[in-house]
Amino acid sequence: MTAVVPKLALGPILYYWSKQQVEDFYRDIADSAVDIVYLGEAVCSKRRIMRNKDWLRIGEQLQARGKTVVLSTLTLLEAASELSALRRLCMESPFIIEANDIAAMQILQELGKPFVSGPSVNIYNSRSLKKLAECGLCRWTLPVELSATELAEFQRQRPDNVETEVFAWGRLPLAYSARCFTARAENLQKDDCQFRCLDYPDGLLLSTREDEAFLCINGIQTQSARTVNLLGEINRFIELGVDVLRVSPQSRNTIDIIERFTAVIDEPQSPKRFNTELESWMPTAECNGYWHGAAGMARY
Amino acid sequence: MELICPAGNLPSLKAAVDSGADAVYIGFQDDTNARHFAGLNFNDKRAGEGVTYAHERGTRVFVAINTYPQVSVFQRWQQAVDRAAGLGVDALILADIGLLDYAAERWPDLRLHLSVQASATNPASLRFYHENFGIQRAVLPRVLSVKQVEQVIKESPVEIEVFGFGSLCVMVEGRCLLSSYATGQSPNTFGACSPASAVRWKETPNGLESRLNGVLIDRYGDGENAGYPTLCKGRFRVQEKTGYAIEEPTSLNTLSLIPDLMRIGVSALKVEGRQRSPAYVKQVTRVLRAAINAAKKDPDGFSVDAEWMASLQQVSEGAQTTLGAYARPWQ
Repeated sequence: MTAVVPKLALGPILYYWSKQQVEDFYRDIADSAVDIVYLGEAVCSKRRIMRNKDWLRIGEQLQARGKTVVLSTLTLLEAASELSALRRLCMESPFIIEANDIAAMQILQELGKPFVSGPSVNIYNSRSLKKLAECGLCRWTLPVELSATELAEFQRQRPDNVETEVFAWGRLPLAYSARCFTARAENLQKDDCQFRCLDYPDGLLLSTREDEAFLCINGIQTQSARTVNLLGEINRFIELGVDVLRVSPQSRNTIDIIERFTAVIDEPQSPKRFNTELESWMPTAECNGYWHGAAGMARY
Repeated sequence: MELICPAGNLPSLKAAVDSGADAVYIGFQDDTNARHFAGLNFNDKRAGEGVTYAHERGTRVFVAINTYPQVSVFQRWQQAVDRAAGLGVDALILADIGLLDYAAERWPDLRLHLSVQASATNPASLRFYHENFGIQRAVLPRVLSVKQVEQVIKESPVEIEVFGFGSLCVMVEGRCLLSSYATGQSPNTFGACSPASAVRWKETPNGLESRLNGVLIDRYGDGENAGYPTLCKGRFRVQEKTGYAIEEPTSLNTLSLIPDLMRIGVSALKVEGRQRSPAYVKQVTRVLRAAINAAKKDPDGFSVDAEWMASLQQVSEGAQTTLGAYARPWQ
């Protein structure tokens, strides 16, 4: 078996940025070495600065620069209008879709289109993976709470036509709610949130009463305060045949992070030389516990 | 609208049956279910006794096998499905796609319910589970408003069960990793949130502190009631404000919504709390039975009896209750 060198993917922007910031961001990404770019809104249906036509336009520009484009979809669907919007997107998208809820998988299966699954889709065992592969799943993302040991089991039993992706950099998406915690922090009702997420391009820090940075509030999503960094596991990824590594965007240094990942992927070298730099680009601190089968916040 | 009640042991099961539950749901004594607590749940012998007791009195029994089996332990979850089928239970409550696939193939005549842990909040998701595994009912996560529940029911291919009373998950069930982030054990993988083994209490000069694997969840001053340190119900600091940034210690209570839930076509009302005492089960079952009966008899004239409310208040977390996501302002 020839060793697979993982491709690099840029996950969807999980925060709410201004239109200018989004446009500038992807202009830089077009010049970067990333292979796959996920576009679209995966967290909150109220975030509409970027319309579908904007995402499609950026997608075409990125595609013209040789990127593989994937359109991300909403993770938590509550209103009937959100489901119709999802259906429309699935029907019209010229790009492959990242399903972040079973709803998207069902719709795409009905349309006979293949799809990718994001980290919030619960695939915890091979039988689930096999079943979804029959429905059109062509790449899946390991749920962030699963370990390298579990991934190794998956890889042994993986269907031939399914690729594996691992969330390798970023604040971990941990939970979703009907409640908007950003609005709550600002003493606002969700229905009148005044789009305060725009003020927090990397989310809003939640600390314990002894000032330990613990979680990160991002509207209806809760993330880890710490940033997962699995670049040090590059040899393990290659050994396990992981096809894609995902970097989750942050407001600053995303390009630098992509460059360090690319350097290590392209030319086998110790990722350790980048540790200090990479750490300085994290909003708080590093974690990698899940990968080692421990508490997600732990660091090994 | 049926009343579905929790039982963590045989006395609770009997209390639910005797107090008017239409069905009781139980789990086995391991991590195959989402209430994996020490000393709780049923071995095969007790489960068999429970099924007999319930069936003799016209009450159905459901078994929750609703955690997500990982690759290395999948077989044990399959065995749990087989054990439940062998007991002659009335339905299995499952969340995992692989396990649903197994159950539908191995026990085609066994009724399958989709657990709240599957995070299915919309008709397209429900169609997926119905078409692929023939599920006949789904329990909705506690994230939808009453209007949204109504929209789902209109398009749903299966019966809909919703939560009526009990501890409140603020996050979409099945999609909350907060507990494993802090402790390594989550509802999905281990069947418990904020597991007791990770909890430490300590008196300090600053007050009584509760910690979860070292993370300070809350600190209580003199005269403050200390609650179990469920991660999302602790007090944290966001910017300059310290408080219940995620949710207060509170219970869901839908008494006042019962006629609405019946009108929009909810098939069953579920009570949370397999980890609670037989006294809790008895009290909550009795009150909800009375409320459902009253709403059936006279939906327009329905009003919440003060005694019902007082009874439920006594057994609520933090002695307070909320309508949760059913009401928009909560969101």
